[in-house]
Amino acid sequence: MKRLISALLLSMALVLDVAAQTVLLPAQSEITFVFKQMGAPVTGRFTRFDAQLALDLARPETGSVVFTVDTASVSLGLPDINAELAKPEWLASPDFAQAVFTSRRIRAVDADRLEVVGTLSIKGIRRELTVPVWLQTEAGLTTASGSVTLQRMDFQVGSGDWSDPALVADAVQVSFRLVLQKQL
Amino acid sequence: MNNPSRYDAFAMCLHWLLALAIIAALGSGLYAASLPVSPARLRWVNWHKWLGVAVLFASILRLGWRVWRTPPPLPQQAAARMSGWQRAAHKTVHGLMYALFLAVPLLGWAYSSAAGVSIVWLGLLALPDFVVVNRELAGSLRMAHQMLAYGLGVLVIVHIAAVLGHVWQRDGVMQRMLPGFGRRSS
Repeated sequence: MKRLISALLLSMALVLDVAAQTVLLPAQSEITFVFKQMGAPVTGRFTRFDAQLALDLARPETGSVVFTVDTASVSLGLPDINAELAKPEWLASPDFAQAVFTSRRIRAVDADRLEVVGTLSIKGIRRELTVPVWLQTEAGLTTASGSVTLQRMDFQVGSGDWSDPALVADAVQVSFRLVLQKQL
Repeated sequence: MNNPSRYDAFAMCLHWLLALAIIAALGSGLYAASLPVSPARLRWVNWHKWLGVAVLFASILRLGWRVWRTPPPLPQQAAARMSGWQRAAHKTVHGLMYALFLAVPLLGWAYSSAAGVSIVWLGLLALPDFVVVNRELAGSLRMAHQMLAYGLGVLVIVHIAAVLGHVWQRDGVMQRMLPGFGRRSS
């Protein structure tokens, strides 16, 4: 009987472990981006974002990720520029409150590297995107970091008068450092 | 062109190029600041910064040249006629102009760095940021840059007015800085 109970407890623990979920800690995470204006790099950030993770870091292939960024939280640190970025030519945040990345497939490249393939939607325009992710676990927290280069014109970000790439470069490098916590 | 009563060719060249560059920098700064956020504003702001950086380095070169090659003395006719306050004003205005040739672009550069927009000269040469990114600091630096630029604008007007006064007096002060007159008089 005692043996049966311990077997039951063990199998419950295993089931729990399989179901172990991961949550994002936004306050400790960051999303930044760098682009060039007339050759000079400018760094911005998004201050509000979240993720719905169905992810067991021990078995990432079985998981999925939906990552959302509040477009109105964009900041270049300059209030008049932030206001400009909310306009329809840029992120159109009143109409498209969120940019969304939805994973379709997660592949473990090796023990600390993932490749997440999915769809990025900005201003309602959807594009395939492959995101390389580096994982680093320390003190029970996993940091997922990486960067991808987007072409802003793919998403009509900075359209019309702003579309000249000599003025604002097409390439925008987006970097992320996401702190994840395993929940029991 | 080796007449010791006149500035040498290189000093004249720097003077007139900088005269144009400084007036263009003041004008482009005022114009850019008057525009709403737009592609035109972004272009003018960048041109203004590139011009300002050129003014800064050309002024350092010019100051070095001035120290190495002492400027010619005032023509005797002018020196005899100038009163004490005019002489003092002559020295003060030149000293202040040189101070502002350096201070105004340096403050603009610092403002740009503090605002988080590094300067890449002509889109090719990245200049270092010597202040941290900080919004309050950027606001103060912008104010200082603007105020001292107005000050430089006033000094430029005083300088031109004084030169016109000397032209009116026909005392040979302006000829020291005008190309061509050396040959004619020699």
